[in-house]
Amino acid sequence: MTTMTEQPTRRLNTAKAMVEAIATEMERDDNVFVLGEDVGAYGGIFSSTTGLLDRFGPERVMDTPISETGFIGAAIGAATEGMRPIVELMFVDFFGVCMDQIYNHMAKIHFESGGNVKVPMVLMTAVGGGYSDGAQHSQCLWGTFAHLPGMKVVVPSNPADAAGLMTAAIRDDNPVVFMFHKGVMGLPWMKKNPRSIGPVPTGEHVVEIGKAATPRSGSDVTVVTLSLSVHHALDVADELAGDGVDVEVLDLRSIVPLDTEAIIESVSRTGRLVIVDEDYQSFGLSGEIAARIAEHDPSLLRAPIRRVAVPDVPIPYSRSLEYAALPTPARIKAAILEAVGR
Amino acid sequence: MEASDQRALFDQMVLIRTFEEAILREYHADKSPAFDIGAGLIPGEMHLSAGQEPVAAGVCAHLTTDDAVTATHRPHHFAIAHGVDLDAMTAEIFGRVDGLGKGRGGHMHLFDPATHFSCSGIIAEGYPAAAGQALAFKKRGTDQVAVAVTGEGATNAGGFHEAVNLAALWKLPVVFVVEDNDWGISVPRAASTPVDSNADRAAAYGIPGVRVEDNDVEAVYDAAGEAVARARAGGGPTLLEVHTLRLWGHFEGDAQGYRPDLETVPAKDPIPAYEALLREQGALDDAAVEAAHKSAQDAVETAIAFAKASAEPDAGSVRDYVFA
Repeated sequence: MTTMTEQPTRRLNTAKAMVEAIATEMERDDNVFVLGEDVGAYGGIFSSTTGLLDRFGPERVMDTPISETGFIGAAIGAATEGMRPIVELMFVDFFGVCMDQIYNHMAKIHFESGGNVKVPMVLMTAVGGGYSDGAQHSQCLWGTFAHLPGMKVVVPSNPADAAGLMTAAIRDDNPVVFMFHKGVMGLPWMKKNPRSIGPVPTGEHVVEIGKAATPRSGSDVTVVTLSLSVHHALDVADELAGDGVDVEVLDLRSIVPLDTEAIIESVSRTGRLVIVDEDYQSFGLSGEIAARIAEHDPSLLRAPIRRVAVPDVPIPYSRSLEYAALPTPARIKAAILEAVGR
Repeated sequence: MEASDQRALFDQMVLIRTFEEAILREYHADKSPAFDIGAGLIPGEMHLSAGQEPVAAGVCAHLTTDDAVTATHRPHHFAIAHGVDLDAMTAEIFGRVDGLGKGRGGHMHLFDPATHFSCSGIIAEGYPAAAGQALAFKKRGTDQVAVAVTGEGATNAGGFHEAVNLAALWKLPVVFVVEDNDWGISVPRAASTPVDSNADRAAAYGIPGVRVEDNDVEAVYDAAGEAVARARAGGGPTLLEVHTLRLWGHFEGDAQGYRPDLETVPAKDPIPAYEALLREQGALDDAAVEAAHKSAQDAVETAIAFAKASAEPDAGSVRDYVFA
C-alpha cells in the first residue's frame, strides 16, 4: 500500500527516516534486531542505525567483529529460527568476502527446502560513488544481486520511500537486500541532493516492494532509473522543461521484483526510453530493461533506447575521472536529447 | 555406561549404515554399464558417511529435536541420528515431490524445520548459521543448543574461524564438531594444515577444545555430553574434533587411487568393532544384534519404497519456492 496523502508528515533526511522505520519495527516485534560493523555506538558509518543502541541496548543492536561471513551467516541462522535480523554490510563493495553466505545460503534456503524454511532478514548496505572513495568503496552492484535468484533487491531514492520500504523489508518473509546510496542519505558531511531531506509520513507507512513510482510525469520520453540518479533525472527534466521537452521519470524503487508493467506503460505513452543506472553497463539492469521492452513489443519505441551507466570501468579515484564514469546530469541530458532527436 | 545406552548407540549406527548401504545399492543400480552421474533413480553426486557413524550417534544422543544440527555435504548420518523423518529424507534424495524440499534440495541440501536440521554443499557454510541459531536460542532464553558439523578440511576456511570467534565472543550455546576423516577429497590433512589437532585451535578463541581418537563412539558420547551440557548451561561453545574414518570414496564413483590406506580401511570399520566390544561386555547378544538389523532394514526399505512411490515434481512448478 502507498501512503495516503492526508497522512501527517515531518521532514527527515533519508538516514533518519530509515532509523525511525527500524526503531518502529523493533518496538513492534521483539524478533527484530540489528547487527553489523559499527552499528552500535557509532550509529552506522552512514548513520543508518544512529540512536538505536541508546534506545534498545546492546542485546538488540549488536556490534560485530569485522567478519562478514560470520555475522551475515549468523543472521541467516537466526532468521531460520524465526527472528528478523537486520544486518549491515557496511559497503556493498565488501560483499566479495561473504558472497557465499548471501547467494548460496540466504537466497537459496527457502527454495532448497521446498518452501519449508523462511529467511526473513534484511541485509542493508551502502552503495554509490561521487566521493573519491575509489574503486573498492564506490560501486552499486545491485545488478549482481538481482541476477542471483532468491532475494529481493530494494533501492530507495528518498526519505519517505526509504522508511516505507524498510518497514516492508523487515516485515517481508524473504531475504531483502536494502541498498541505500550515500548521496541520498542527506548526511551533513557528504554532498547531498536537496531531495535527500523530505516529508516522511508519521504512523503506519509501508511502501510495497515491487511498485515503481513516477515522481514526474511527461509525454516525450521515459527515463527509467533508481536511487541517486532519480534526482539527477528530475533536475535534468526541470531544466529541459524550459526547452519544451516533457520528460517522465520513473523511480524503480526495487529491481527484484522489477515493475515491468510500469515501464511498459510509460514507454507505450512516450515511445522513447532512456535508462540511467549507476551500476556497470554490460550485462546489467539497463540491458535487462531494454530486453523486456524488446520482448514485450519493440514497436513501442519510436527511437533507439539510450543507456547512461558506468562504462564498464572500476570507479576511478580522481574527481575528473570519477565524474566521467558516473551517470552525471550532463550525460543524462545528452542521452535524453539524443532520444528525442534534438 | 549403561548397557541400554550402549545398545542405543549401536542401533543408531546400524540404522545409519543400513541406510547408506541401501542408498549405495539404489544409486548404482541403474548407472551401469557406463557410470553416468546424472542418470538413474538417484541422480547427481552422492557423498556417503560410512565409517563416520560414531560421530553422529555419539553427539546426537544428547540432543532433542528442539536442538539444531547443521551438517555438511555428507549429511545422512547426522540427519538420521538427529531424527529427521527417514521417508521424507529419502524421497528428497530421490528428488521426489514428497521429499523434505519437494525435490528442490537433493542430498546435500536437506532442511527439516521439525528437527532444526539443515546442511550445505559449501564447505564451512553451516558454521556461521549455527552461531546464528544459537544466538536466537540465547535471545529467547531457551536451553536449546546448536550443533555445527564440518570436516577437517573446512577448518582451514574463513567461515569456520569467523563463526567460532563469534560464538566464543558472544558465549553462544554451540557445539562445533569437526569430523577428521583424514581426507579433503584427495588431499590428506597433513597437506592442508600444519596443526596436529584442530582441537588445539580452540585455544585461539579461548574455548575448550577436545579431540577424540580412534573413532570411539563412547568417547564421542562422553565428550559431546560435556560440551552439550556446557552449552545448555550458558558456558559457551566447545570445539570437538573426532578422528573418524571415511570408509568409502569422497563421492560414489571415486576410485580413491590417491589413497594408500585402502587395504587397511575395512578392518577399521567402527561398527563390527563396537559390536565385538559390546558382546564381550555382555551388553549385546545375537538376538539384540539381529533385532537391530531387522528394525533398521524395515525402516530403510520402507523409506526407499516411499521414495520410489513418490512422484517426480511437476515440471510446471519449476519456479515455485524462489520467494515466500
